[in-house]
Amino acid sequence: MVHLTDAEKGLVNGLWGKINVDEVGGETLGRLLVVYPWTQRFFDSFGNLSSAAAIMDNPKVKAHGKKVLNSFSDGLKHLDDLKGTFAQLSELHCDKLHVDPENFRLLGNVLVVVLGHHLRAEFTPQAQAAFQKVVAGVANALAHKYH
Amino acid sequence: MVLSAEDKTNVKAVWDKAGGNIGAFGGEALDRMFLGFPTTKTYFSHFDLTPGSKDIQAQGKKVADALTLAVNHLDDLPGALSKLSDLHAHNLRVDPVNFKFLSHSLLVTLSSHLGNDFSPSYHASLDKFLSSVSTVLTSKYR
Repeated sequence: MVHLTDAEKGLVNGLWGKINVDEVGGETLGRLLVVYPWTQRFFDSFGNLSSAAAIMDNPKVKAHGKKVLNSFSDGLKHLDDLKGTFAQLSELHCDKLHVDPENFRLLGNVLVVVLGHHLRAEFTPQAQAAFQKVVAGVANALAHKYH
Repeated sequence: MVLSAEDKTNVKAVWDKAGGNIGAFGGEALDRMFLGFPTTKTYFSHFDLTPGSKDIQAQGKKVADALTLAVNHLDDLPGALSKLSDLHAHNLRVDPVNFKFLSHSLLVTLSSHLGNDFSPSYHASLDKFLSSVSTVLTSKYR
C-alpha cells in the first residue's frame, strides 16, 4: 500500500491534471527504449527502433505509451488499493508477457524524469518525492502476482 | 559499458548548457534525493538536512565539481576519479545502490531545468555517463 500524506495526494493529482497523459505516455515509453535499449526486447513487432528519432516518432511506441500511461492514470484513482487495481495486469505481465519487474522500476523513473521535463520548476523536490512513492507502489503492485 | 564519441559530445554539451548553475544543480539533486529516497539520509546524520541548507548546498557544489572534473576527463575516468574512488571505498563506504538514487536525482534536476535541451539522446548519454562514474567510484570496494 502506498502511504501518501494529504499534501502529497494534492501534489500528485494537481500536477497530473496539468499534463497531456497520452503525450507523456508516448514520450515516457520512447525514452525508456532510447535510454535502456535492452528494453526493446519486448517490442520486436514495433518496426523501426533503429535510432532515437525513429523511436520517438514511431506510431506504435506512441500508441503503446498512451495505453500504458492511461492504465497508470487509473492507478492514481486507487492509491489505497494498487495491488487490487493491478492484479490482472500483474498476472498478464508475468504469465503472458514475461516482463522482468525491474522494467517497471525503470519505466517509473523515466516517467519521473519526463514529468520534470514537462513541469519544470513546478516539479519540486517535494512533488518528485510524492511521485517516487507512487511509481514504486505501481511497480510493486505489478510485480505482486509474479510467481 | 563504453561512452561513445557521441555520448562524450552530448555530455559536454549538457555541461555547457548548465554553465555556472551546475553547483546549484548539485544541491538541488541532493535535496531531491534526500526527499525521494529517505534511506540516503543515513549517510549524512552530521548535516542539517533541511532542503536547501548550507550543508546541502556545499555538498552539492562538491559533487558538481567532481562531475565537472569527470566531464573534462571522459577518456580516463578511472584515472581522474582515482582519489574519490579510494575515498568511497575505504572511508565513506556508501552502499552502491545509492549511486543510482543520486544519478536519477541529477537527471531529474537537469531535465527540469534544461527543458528542450534535455533530448532523449542527451538523457541516454548522461545516464551512461553517471553510471560510468558510479562504477568507477565503487570499483575498489572489494
